Amino acid sequence: MSETDLAAPAAAANDGALPSHATPWRRRLPLLPALIFTILLTQVPFVMSIYYSLTNWKVVPPTPREFIGFDNYVELTSSSPFLDAAWVSVKMTVLSVFFSVILGTLIAILLDRKFFGQGIVRTLIITPFLLMPVVAGLIWKNQMFHGLFGVVNWLLDWVGIDSVEFVSKHPLASIVTVLVWQWTPFMMLIMLAGLQSQPSDVLEAARVDGTTSFGIFRQLTLPHLRRYIELATLLGTIYLIQVFDQIFVMTGGGPGSTNLPFFVYRRSIGGGWQFGLASAYSIVVVIATLLVANFALRVLSNLLEDDV
Amino acid sequence: MSANERAVGEGVWTDRILGLVAWLVGFIYFFPILWLIINSTKDEVTANATPTLDYSPSLDRYREVTETSVGLLGAGEAFTNSAITSVVSTLIVLLLAIPAAYALAIYPVKKWRDALFFFISTKFLPLVASILPLWILARQFDLLNTRLVLIILYTAMNLPLAVWMLRSFFQEVPRELVEAAEIDGTSLIGVLRSVVIPIAAPGIAATGLLCLIFAWNEYFFAVQLNAADAQTVPIWVTTNISTRGNFIAKLSAASVLASIPVVIAGWVAQKRMIRGLAMGAIK
Repeated sequence: MSETDLAAPAAAANDGALPSHATPWRRRLPLLPALIFTILLTQVPFVMSIYYSLTNWKVVPPTPREFIGFDNYVELTSSSPFLDAAWVSVKMTVLSVFFSVILGTLIAILLDRKFFGQGIVRTLIITPFLLMPVVAGLIWKNQMFHGLFGVVNWLLDWVGIDSVEFVSKHPLASIVTVLVWQWTPFMMLIMLAGLQSQPSDVLEAARVDGTTSFGIFRQLTLPHLRRYIELATLLGTIYLIQVFDQIFVMTGGGPGSTNLPFFVYRRSIGGGWQFGLASAYSIVVVIATLLVANFALRVLSNLLEDDV
Repeated sequence: MSANERAVGEGVWTDRILGLVAWLVGFIYFFPILWLIINSTKDEVTANATPTLDYSPSLDRYREVTETSVGLLGAGEAFTNSAITSVVSTLIVLLLAIPAAYALAIYPVKKWRDALFFFISTKFLPLVASILPLWILARQFDLLNTRLVLIILYTAMNLPLAVWMLRSFFQEVPRELVEAAEIDGTSLIGVLRSVVIPIAAPGIAATGLLCLIFAWNEYFFAVQLNAADAQTVPIWVTTNISTRGNFIAKLSAASVLASIPVVIAGWVAQKRMIRGLAMGAIK
């Protein structure tokens, strides 16, 4: 043992000189399995999609797969259902991220103070996030929004407003409601992490200086929360841009609620079986998403700035 | 400290009112779930009527949905499939993500951020864009309607998030301990086993639970790839929707059963899960 003790300083000195030699593998190797797995499962399908998108492959009616160049892409630019779906996607993502971040922040501020049953209330509020998207969609469709037996309509009736068939009359708003319900808790927890990481001595100093609660919030808390709001927006966008389950069980992609993922699904294995055309759609969706992602990742890059 | 200070005077009432508001918000958010539980104890006639609390509760619907009927997906089968796919995929995720996150956290070379970005950026690829090639590949390799195909896809789905969260937990492992072990000539697995994993165990557990929740709740891949066999709990829930007759009470009972495992897991892990998510970006 004493031998290693003696050797330690020498080894440490070596470490600084060696990194070009022995250490790189020790450093890279642990990363490789995860990297290779991810590349195989995300990039290979993508490349396959690019190839399919240049063919006229249809399953129904069966057509031999022929290379047709960019014809599919030309066709989709004039497809108004595609553009409609893109617009639904934008509205659905922006509205649900916006409202869940705002509500999540407000609720986090409300919960970030001592009161009776704090832990219970937090637990109650996070539960919607833990539910299966399928279950969440079905609860709202059948038990909250239902035209005859829904609780929301029962309440409306009680205050004297005629009941509304929410899901069929306002499909987008209904789905956004469910998404906001499920994602507010997630945003709230991130914002709570942010609020609790505020340096308490700074807050105390401001209070001693006689700054009002509102002044503290505006001048100290809000700037501190900015990065957490950005993080919440980023993570929310990643998941909400891909919403499928809630649409599937609530409206089945009826008018006004078909977003891009649902649209592509419909054209391919969801009944359209136009593999070539659907692939072209999905490539366009990926490119559009990557543009959004690029912006979002730049935000993330700022977050990580002083990390390394 | 600050509570005492403000307790003198108007603060008391503000605190009480805000506490009440918080309880009210908690009630509103939980209400749909409470209503789901209430409906699951009604009979179909009461559940498919104007909302009421005047009924005699029973657990009969739970018995009905768990009894297997011929030709339909049984509850036992669905829960077994879900348990296996989510537990096995989570274990593989941890097996792959722990070394990767270790590399990213312990040797933070500048350009390695690119690797981290790559993992996160794959979460931006819309699932649907890859469902068609994945379906074709799965059919080619005879993987449709197997648990294996879901295990592979859930691993891919959760891996980026796990690397992201674990990295932040591993950054809290004191560098001196890792360096000391490396100087002693401990192998990579040895360092992970004797230093990193024991210290970061709570974080690893929280990450695992979050992966478990996402895998358990996943519906899209499950319904597209396993429409005939190896079906999971979310599919079982939807099989309780019937085109003939009322189904809301039964559907509610099935929904409650399907939700219990992950809701409990989430309650247990709530604080750590988010710390991991938030600290991943903000240190």
